[in-house]
Amino acid sequence: MSTSAANIELDTDMHSARKPREKLEAVVVRFAGDSGDGIQLTGGRFAEATALAGNDLATFPDFPAEIRAPVGTTYGVSAFQINFGARAIKTSGDAPDVLIALNPAALKVELENLATGGLLIIDTGAFTERNLRKAGFDQNPLEDGSLDAYRRIDIDISQSTLEAAKSKGLSQKEALRCKNMWALGLVYWMYGRDRQATVDWLTRKFAKSPLLAEANIAALNAGHAFGETAEMPDDISGYVVEPAEIAPGTYRTVSGSESMALGLVVGANLAGLKLVFGSYPITPASSVLHSLAAIQRTGIVTMQAEDEIAAVCAAIGASFGGAIGVTSSSGPGVALKTEAIGLAIAAELPLVVLNTQRAGPSTGMPTKTEQSDLYQAVFGRNADSPLAVLAARSPSDCFEVAIEAIRIATKFMTPVIVLSDGYIANATQPWQLPDVEEIDPFPVTFRTDPEEFQPFLRDPETLARCWAVPGTPGLEHRIGGIEKDYDTGHISYAPANHQKMTDVRAAKIAGIADDIPLQDVEDGEEDGTLAVVGWGSTYGAISGAVQQVRAMGHNVAHIHIRHIWPLPTNLAELLRSYDRVLVPEMNTGQLATVLRSQFLLDVDPLNKVSGQPFRIGEIRAAILARLGDAT
Amino acid sequence: MNTITPPEKLRPDDYASDQEVRWCPGCGDYAILKATQKTLADLGAKTEQTVFVSGIGCSSRFPYYMNAYGFHTIHGRAPSFATGIKLANPDLDVWVVTGDGDGLSIGGNHLMHTLRRNVDVQILLFNNEIYGLTKGQYSPTSQTGTRSPSTPGGSIESPVSAAAFAFGAGGRFVARSVDTMQKHLVEVLKRAHAHRGASFVEIFQNCIVYNDEVFAGFTAKSVASEAQIHVAHGEPLVFGKEKNRGLRLKPGTVELEAVTIGEDGISEDDLLVHDETNLGLAHMLAAMQPPNFPVALGVLYCAPEPSFEARMAAQVDASEPAMTASDLNALLRRGYTWTVEG
Repeated sequence: MSTSAANIELDTDMHSARKPREKLEAVVVRFAGDSGDGIQLTGGRFAEATALAGNDLATFPDFPAEIRAPVGTTYGVSAFQINFGARAIKTSGDAPDVLIALNPAALKVELENLATGGLLIIDTGAFTERNLRKAGFDQNPLEDGSLDAYRRIDIDISQSTLEAAKSKGLSQKEALRCKNMWALGLVYWMYGRDRQATVDWLTRKFAKSPLLAEANIAALNAGHAFGETAEMPDDISGYVVEPAEIAPGTYRTVSGSESMALGLVVGANLAGLKLVFGSYPITPASSVLHSLAAIQRTGIVTMQAEDEIAAVCAAIGASFGGAIGVTSSSGPGVALKTEAIGLAIAAELPLVVLNTQRAGPSTGMPTKTEQSDLYQAVFGRNADSPLAVLAARSPSDCFEVAIEAIRIATKFMTPVIVLSDGYIANATQPWQLPDVEEIDPFPVTFRTDPEEFQPFLRDPETLARCWAVPGTPGLEHRIGGIEKDYDTGHISYAPANHQKMTDVRAAKIAGIADDIPLQDVEDGEEDGTLAVVGWGSTYGAISGAVQQVRAMGHNVAHIHIRHIWPLPTNLAELLRSYDRVLVPEMNTGQLATVLRSQFLLDVDPLNKVSGQPFRIGEIRAAILARLGDAT
Repeated sequence: MNTITPPEKLRPDDYASDQEVRWCPGCGDYAILKATQKTLADLGAKTEQTVFVSGIGCSSRFPYYMNAYGFHTIHGRAPSFATGIKLANPDLDVWVVTGDGDGLSIGGNHLMHTLRRNVDVQILLFNNEIYGLTKGQYSPTSQTGTRSPSTPGGSIESPVSAAAFAFGAGGRFVARSVDTMQKHLVEVLKRAHAHRGASFVEIFQNCIVYNDEVFAGFTAKSVASEAQIHVAHGEPLVFGKEKNRGLRLKPGTVELEAVTIGEDGISEDDLLVHDETNLGLAHMLAAMQPPNFPVALGVLYCAPEPSFEARMAAQVDASEPAMTASDLNALLRRGYTWTVEG
């Protein structure tokens, strides 16, 4: 990995007069500014350059719900956090080591997250009286001593950007919009990042207005040059973060939404089915629709429906027609789809429902993450209406989970709900690209034989009904939401039959447990003092915390559940082999309730519903507190 | 010597399922079922290519009685299921059966957007101006003042016009018929079937239990000829037993007037000729009500445009084969990638 490592060497040599670059294991950097400052884009470029430098990384885009909040206000602050290191990185990091604040509002909102002694890079040019007032500062924090606990680099980034970009003939307003690139250039210098990928990207992005490309590149270079030449405070040098040990292979960065979309495409292909995806725009789930719509190919159909209900109904209609129907939304939208999901359960049709969870109830906080739809997924329907539920743990994991969802949906003729969340959907991480040829296909066989056909003939093993699709001669049949006779598939109100059908629907879903992997232990032993049991996007934070506590010599294990319903067959026994079970969740205890009710096991919930992911430190502290109790 | 056996002529019964029909005796739905089966027989439709999709309500039991594929779905959403079926397999011949409550109340949104998108399905809306299956509440098409269990003092709402709704939603084919008018209904259904894109047919259907004879004012034999006008593209807009009545534009206005040939110097030349591609005329015809006007039946509007599926197909290269594993690998590797050497 190399070229960038070479650059770092070169850099250090060139400025040997200065303090040598300090070596770091891992760093958390947070970019923050106005939502019009291009913070997400800046973070995305930094993530790419960092991946190319061979570090492992995880990112967390944290942006406001307002599309264009009034400039300079605290509710218009957009932030992007990246954790990168020479070791495996599983979360976007706890407290940032470095905060780049491009305006007073960003400082106001983000300062509380910065680690004491952390580095603040401030655009003093944005600290005008007006901006200070908009951010709610009575006094200028740069002058009143309130930032004394931090190290600071005060630069008039606005002015420096204007000087760099205006020479390209832009207006003042246009030129000022390049200040994110100036800041990025400086941060690139700090960590010895190669600028070329970003230069190439800017050239492509502004291909139609080369002037803008030139100005942005000039700003990027100017920021970088500032780092090289300017007098930095004594305690601030450049840094080196060595490449991490990363498994050989081809990588790309991927967000959860992108990897979910790709998983659906591959999953449908492995099943040999057309993919029909119906969705209605909703934050934070829309990006799955966008990602899929961009892959316009034979066999992939996307439709933006008129509402959530139409989206799921079109997906179910498509499954009736012989495709794999998929719909995607967030909690409130999934609530609207509930009745239709019930029909797919009754008609026993395959369906995949993606829920990119967000903070609720009701509209809640659409851009903030939460895991509070587990009850909704497992139990949230009228009547006895079981289905399968899966949860993705990370952006790249969405790929595998999407494939697994289509496999289960088609093998068992059932809806499958996939839980993801706003954090997973938006966060990116390097993804070691799989070879599709090495994934086992699971081709669907439609019923074609008219002999003794009825639509609810079941596979004796899976209990799945046969799938006979319109267009097949001799298999004309009618299905619907009315209870069917077990033996003929015709409408039936017979009491004993309803009991039998309810039982078989439950048994079919329960039987999925025999078709999924046994629950493994992510880290640690298969028995011990404490098991930390998680699901979904808490994966990284739990993993980091357990690693740290184990390094302290404690016998603590990490178990992370993908198959939420039905649960793996060995899970109860596995959990019983620990003295205590701690369940961290970004809700008020939903998996904990399920585990208690299913296993009569006294699990200990750890809950956080602030709209922000867990920090490693929070989970570590909770583990240590339990261990303290135990001793 | 080769003998060519002509294909056996299909009969309406060939499209009947083995299920016992369970509508109330005398329900108008029986007649619509018969007309639909006759339509399919006349067209020689393949049962395996034909799909009936319905929502909830009396009319929505329809698919169970057809020898075809059928999907009895949830209240109001049949058009959305039908859309999904067409997206999965555009070659299927898909019919949506709905009612005034199912299609215009709980499902109004989907009806609107399915018409607007121009999905290639036939939508049959059985309008009986009442909720039958839930025992007689007023519906969105009930006349103001309709007394029902939920409106004991009479409905205080204005009814929606199904045809005007369809025009407003951008429907490209809007027609009307009556349950008991077998010959007319079959012809209208054939036209709907021939139309590529969403075709909307409002069928006035008598609910013998909860709203009996609500349409008698224009469907009763004694008044039909004077109270109905059967529109036909390119033909003058005439009606009446003697074919001596007609429609013209009231001089100096853009509104219709029912006139009598031979009175006030009016001749057949003064009458309007039906142009089913004229949306303005279609609006005026749909709005006509007794006693001053006859009720317009037949194809009020037909102006085809490419269907949703056709437009979707135009965006992808249909000749492109399904993706292979190596195509998928390439898709996964699209954009910026890097390699870590072992």
